[in-house]
Amino acid sequence: MAGGSTSGGSVKADTYAGVRHWLLAPSWLVLLTVVVGPLCIMLIYSFLTKEFRGGVVWEFNLAAYDKFFFDRGLFGDEAPRIEWTYISIYWRSILQAAIATLVSLLIGFPTAYFIATRPTTSRALWVFLITIPYWVNLLIRTVSMKFLLRDQGPLNAFLLSTGIIDQPLTIVNTDVAVQLGLFYSYLPFMVLPIYAAVEQYDHRLSEAAADLYASRWIALRRVILPAVKPGVIAGCILVFVPSLGSFLAPDLLGGARNFMIGSLIEDQFKGQAGDWPFGAAASMILLSMVLIVLIVAARRQARAKAAGGEV
Amino acid sequence: MKQKIKKSVAAAALVCVVTSAAKAEEQVVLYHWFEYIPQELLEKFTSESGIEVVMDTYDSNEALLASLKAGAIGTYDLAVPGDYMVEILANQGLLGEFKPDELKNFENIADQWLNVDFDPGRQYSIPYQWGTTSFSVNRDVYQGEIDQLSVLFNPPEELSGKINMLDAQNDVLALASLYLNIPQCTNDREQLKAINGLVQEAKQHWVSFNSDTTKDILVSGDVAASMIWNGFGARARVEGANIEYAFPTDGYIVWMDNVVLLKDAPNRENALKFMDFLLVPENIAAVSDYARYESGITGAKEHVSDELREMPELNAPTGGKGHFVEVCDAETQAVYDQIWTNLRK
Repeated sequence: MAGGSTSGGSVKADTYAGVRHWLLAPSWLVLLTVVVGPLCIMLIYSFLTKEFRGGVVWEFNLAAYDKFFFDRGLFGDEAPRIEWTYISIYWRSILQAAIATLVSLLIGFPTAYFIATRPTTSRALWVFLITIPYWVNLLIRTVSMKFLLRDQGPLNAFLLSTGIIDQPLTIVNTDVAVQLGLFYSYLPFMVLPIYAAVEQYDHRLSEAAADLYASRWIALRRVILPAVKPGVIAGCILVFVPSLGSFLAPDLLGGARNFMIGSLIEDQFKGQAGDWPFGAAASMILLSMVLIVLIVAARRQARAKAAGGEV
Repeated sequence: MKQKIKKSVAAAALVCVVTSAAKAEEQVVLYHWFEYIPQELLEKFTSESGIEVVMDTYDSNEALLASLKAGAIGTYDLAVPGDYMVEILANQGLLGEFKPDELKNFENIADQWLNVDFDPGRQYSIPYQWGTTSFSVNRDVYQGEIDQLSVLFNPPEELSGKINMLDAQNDVLALASLYLNIPQCTNDREQLKAINGLVQEAKQHWVSFNSDTTKDILVSGDVAASMIWNGFGARARVEGANIEYAFPTDGYIVWMDNVVLLKDAPNRENALKFMDFLLVPENIAAVSDYARYESGITGAKEHVSDELREMPELNAPTGGKGHFVEVCDAETQAVYDQIWTNLRK
């Protein structure tokens, strides 16, 4: 049950001993240039001085971080107070991402379980069906979603014609629409890892639980869930992290009345504000938050594994 | 962010194209808004001059500035910034100068567009298209007077909660200044506080901040009023929405996009030829017919379609109070940024 097996293959641990580093070199090079490089630039920029209308002046200071945490009034000359503006923007984004993750989990788990318990021959087809909408660009899917949800759209037309409602539901430009957009965008990221985990699950364990008089709920909670937990955690991370930084759904479906983390940062680079150091600092703060989530998840998983090993 | 990635990939691809095409073929590299020049016109230029036009696009003045500052200078010959952005680009030293006598058709520029505040004497730019920014109102929803900016900032009950604003700090705050009858980019603290208070108070009436689909949401009825560019207002009306574009008597925004020569243009001679080409009334009229704005070139109006010439959105009342958006200094801009963030938090 615990991960893949390492023995029994024809490849021995020392097969690539001599050339291992060289074989890894291309991936390292790519990671360094396209991941670590830009991150370092952002980190440095976040400590530089803002140049009027975009760009940076090479003078190091903490102004960008100061702006994030301290409010000095409209004209910047009052005594510093705690700045709630950005904290509330981050909080709103986190909350939204958390709800999207929860909804994805509630719908994604049964879906994944369903797929994984189909006969082997039809599983591939089900997985294939899940991925079909993702052949279309995210932007187009989000816009189409807006067409479906709008006051005069098909959804409202249907509900009105069935008599369930007598006034069109206003969904577009509300948080509900953003939730639907996020959930729809990232659902497969929840389904696929859970599916992979459930597929490995030994269903005889469920039978054993039933034989021992466990109700179906108890069996799910005490037997199935612990077994597929790595998949669930992976799915949650894969949905939560991109939801946190997304700005397509909030902008197009939510009406962009209020900034999300993504749109706040975008505005620093592409908008009028042109405060690159602040945008970089906001990105760094977001990155730190995501890293903390990932580290906590990784450590808990490691601990769970260690505990499991002892039993 | 995605946009940014896409853009840099496009820029990289463009650089490849530019370098691999070698200098065997004459070309001019144009950095332009999306969907703002008809393909036939580019083909006409190529067949007349033998110069190939390579085009890359951007979607906002700020995106253009960011891209040029991030190192795109030297890649492009020409760009088409809006009025205030011409001044900003010039102040940042990103533009290449030219003399009026380097352009054969320079005198075709209409007098009123020759000495503009953002580029006195036209040292860096020539007119491309101009229009106005105010708002359109769905007449099925609201039948009252719409000749005041209060429709946006203190709307009648029918429109409250059904108004879309452009996601553009400078335009929104410029209209707010006009509504309060205070100078744009004021550095008076009380006046700045008044602007802050006004938009905070007005936010309850606004349902969204959207610049990309203003036309569609008016046509579909998602919103009952929207801040909009006159050309988009016209298109929405032509597509069947019962909307009317307003020229508020307390003021509206006039904007003008201009063709500028960029610093270190790799094909300066060809770029000037292309500018000359765009100063020919017949040619720029083709742009007007396509984009549905006016051009600022003498005699161009005779070449545009009748439909365009008579559009109400393109015919501001004589004596109408149109204002260019002004460029604020760093200090005022910082307060503007603060007001904008406060509004969107």
